[in-house]
Amino acid sequence: MSNRSPANPVGCNPKAKVMKKNIYGLLAEFDTPTQLVDAANRIREAGYTKTDAFSPFPLHEIDEALGIKRSILPYLVFGGAVTGLLTGFALQIFVHYIDYPIIVGGRPFISIPSFIPPAYELTILFAAFTAVGGMILLNGLPQPYHPVFNVPRFALATREKFFLLIETKDPKFNYDETREFMQGLDAQEVFDVDE
Amino acid sequence: MQETQKAERKLFPTMVEGDHDFASVTDKISDLTLKKRTPFGWFIGFGIAFIIMQLLLMTVTYLLTTGIGIWGNNQPVGWAMPIINFVWWIGIGHAGTLISAILLLLNQKWRTSINRFAEAMTLFAVACAGLYPLLHTGRPWLAYWLFPYPNTMGMWPQFRSPLIWDVFAVSTYATVSLLFWYVGLIPDIATLRDRAKNKFFKVIYGLLSMGWRGSARHWHRYEIAYLLLAGLSTPLVLSVHSIVSFDFSVSQVPGWHATIFPPYFVAGAVFAGFAMVLILCIPLRVWYNMKDLITDQHLVYMAKVMLATGMIVVYGYAMEAFFGWYSASQYEVFMIKNRIWNGPYWWFYWLLILCNGVSIQFLWFKRFRESAFWLFIISLVVSVGMWLERFVIIITSLHRDFLPSSWGMYSPTIFDWTMFIGTLGMFFTLIFLFVRFLPIISIFEVRTLLPSAQVSHGHAGHGETREDRPNSFNESVNKAQSAEDK
Repeated sequence: MSNRSPANPVGCNPKAKVMKKNIYGLLAEFDTPTQLVDAANRIREAGYTKTDAFSPFPLHEIDEALGIKRSILPYLVFGGAVTGLLTGFALQIFVHYIDYPIIVGGRPFISIPSFIPPAYELTILFAAFTAVGGMILLNGLPQPYHPVFNVPRFALATREKFFLLIETKDPKFNYDETREFMQGLDAQEVFDVDE
Repeated sequence: MQETQKAERKLFPTMVEGDHDFASVTDKISDLTLKKRTPFGWFIGFGIAFIIMQLLLMTVTYLLTTGIGIWGNNQPVGWAMPIINFVWWIGIGHAGTLISAILLLLNQKWRTSINRFAEAMTLFAVACAGLYPLLHTGRPWLAYWLFPYPNTMGMWPQFRSPLIWDVFAVSTYATVSLLFWYVGLIPDIATLRDRAKNKFFKVIYGLLSMGWRGSARHWHRYEIAYLLLAGLSTPLVLSVHSIVSFDFSVSQVPGWHATIFPPYFVAGAVFAGFAMVLILCIPLRVWYNMKDLITDQHLVYMAKVMLATGMIVVYGYAMEAFFGWYSASQYEVFMIKNRIWNGPYWWFYWLLILCNGVSIQFLWFKRFRESAFWLFIISLVVSVGMWLERFVIIITSLHRDFLPSSWGMYSPTIFDWTMFIGTLGMFFTLIFLFVRFLPIISIFEVRTLLPSAQVSHGHAGHGETREDRPNSFNESVNKAQSAEDK
């Protein structure tokens, strides 16, 4: 399927005339979310896997259309919460039972009810850090440069337009065929994305 | 099913008025930051707030060089204006988190246009609040002693004390509010980055947006993270003012030692916070011509929340008096009598009832609820009332406790006032800066409110539709659109 070779690392059709330089992929622009979701469904059905969609706001339908799997983030956050809770209790028990036992208000050294508020807050703190840090790191951010930014019209992805990307890494990618296929998807325009 | 959906649409009317599309809402909100010349009024407002903030800087300088003796609090009223102001500011912050987190979980779409600056308000209010306990420690340069860290002195914080719980609650609250706010801002900062013409701001916004590009995979994790943060902030915000109330209710001082304190404080916080949101957004929507995004309907909803939480607070006042009598403890009975009619501060109590109890009764009437002017006035009155509430709770409980020999009076000094007014200046300075440099309304969330954000169903078998979500989308518009598409 692939045309990859040392001379042709991106695996595009060697006979293609239009393509002169190494490109990262092809980007199609759409006007409405419906067009984007329909096009995404069709590229998935056509067998493309190295794909992505870009929209100015979250679109739930796109997850299924592109076959995006549910993120593991909630499990990480649960782990963060449990870590926070255990840290909170461990810290307070260490301080008031092991390192510096002192009787306050006639309460036992390990006075669980008094330890709940700090442990509770640490649970939330650790979970929140995991949620934000996990989201950013799993998304591969911060990533100031990405090839799609080379398309001038891509600036509209944060304003009003919808974009669909097929990377050259995709085993099914063939410059001419893929370009033609994308143009047939109701796209406004298809751009080459420079590497 | 259809019927309930229609009923829901009636319940949730369109929250964006006028003829808007993705581009126009984007431009409208981002142009405030990027394009429009800064209105002259902004300089006036910022200038006044900035000058008032200097009062704070001068007071803090004098405080640090002299000591907290410059304040009026002294035995028996050891906690006075610093704590009143701390609780007042923290309370104001709570509406921001309520709007951004709890209303998100309850699927209240109307929160979308007001959540961004309500969250900013939370952050700035918490910053103001944090100053008071920090400076009240007397030696704020040693404030890190409040945190548990191994040190050569072999000392640890005392974890059984509500004051240490407070440190954990407030610092967690500030941190999580900042995270929540920043995560919400990332896609909008990316919009500003892509639309900015000025190279300097392009770089700044570029750094802050971390290279956000609106990828579907990113949005997927983003929405999960945002929802989880909302789920975490909800118990957090409830716990923060509960823990603040523990500062009082865990002690045995008559008038403080009451089990009703946590819910009563939380309701009061939301009440005060919504009043502050209204105070901020009523002028803002006029000055910045945002009436199509922050609609009259938003104000009505906020007025209703204010009325509901206000009534809970009034119930709290009634219960406090009832507990005092029902406890049959002579100290409690004395405290209530002293607070309401016998003591020197009785008129504060009645001013409080007037501000918080009587003023909100007007909100039962449509005429007041739907008038921005009256809402603004009532919100101002409520803000004063909530300050008086903390004054009444703290001062009248402390100034006459168990032993008549230790009774005393409290009156604030000029520096108590300059400090309080100075933090108001700091708060509004930060608000003005925020309004100038960041999008005051969440652009990407407003886009989702537009009818065109809906993926139409004309194309069978592909993905779920947005129909199951109770929101503002007008079905007939979408049907007409999908017919056009075909």
